[in-house]
Amino acid sequence: MSETFNKVAEIIAETSEIDLETITPDSNTVDDLGIDSLDFLDIVFAIDKEFGIKVPLEQWTQEINDGKANAEDYFILKNLCGKIDELRAAKD
Amino acid sequence: MLLEYFQMLDHVQSIDFADQSIVVKSVVPEKSPIFEGHFPGMPLMPGVLLIESMAQASGILYMALSEFKVMPFLMSVDTAKMRQFVNPSETLEINSKIEHEGSGFVVSKCSITVDGKRVCNSQLKFATRSFDEVPTLEHIMELAERVSLQDAIDTYKAGVQS
Repeated sequence: MSETFNKVAEIIAETSEIDLETITPDSNTVDDLGIDSLDFLDIVFAIDKEFGIKVPLEQWTQEINDGKANAEDYFILKNLCGKIDELRAAKD
Repeated sequence: MLLEYFQMLDHVQSIDFADQSIVVKSVVPEKSPIFEGHFPGMPLMPGVLLIESMAQASGILYMALSEFKVMPFLMSVDTAKMRQFVNPSETLEINSKIEHEGSGFVVSKCSITVDGKRVCNSQLKFATRSFDEVPTLEHIMELAERVSLQDAIDTYKAGVQS
């Protein structure tokens, strides 16, 4: 598994008090891990700080609301980690 | 301060757009119905109202930084320490600095000092909402005028230009 996934899984486990073993790349943060919006903001804050990026959460939410993207595109962990890697690459 | 009306800010002493920080002065009232219960015979400024004071300072700071486009709503008190008692009539210096500006949220680090001594500190997280979505702009502009926010902004901008 990728370095990004390992770090994000650690952040989720710590922030939401979820057993690290239960978090997999195919986990849906909402449906499988039960992370609510407050915890998700804590997780995004930690991701922003860890990777030196700004996760465009408002843009993603808008895209989902407008039907231009599926929630799974962002909230399945392997997809979320892919987006994080794209943001890191863009920053570099 | 009018505790029972949640008016926690008296006067913006300074704002720094580059540092993303603000200093607000407030005087704890000598008398308030709050002190009748907190506590009989020993009036103390409640810790939750100290947190509210830091939240309001952070809020007005971020609204100024965003040119009053968004309003922050307190959603998480990540850490808070009440280090000393705060008594009626004491003057608070409330400091807030933006720690992180996320997408749809903002995080601040705050402290309150009395006579130069830190009495409490916290990290607060806010969700931001556009003033297009919430009907509070008029009230917020009244608050900004009452605490002389524009004077502090003008003083900062004059200092940058000179």
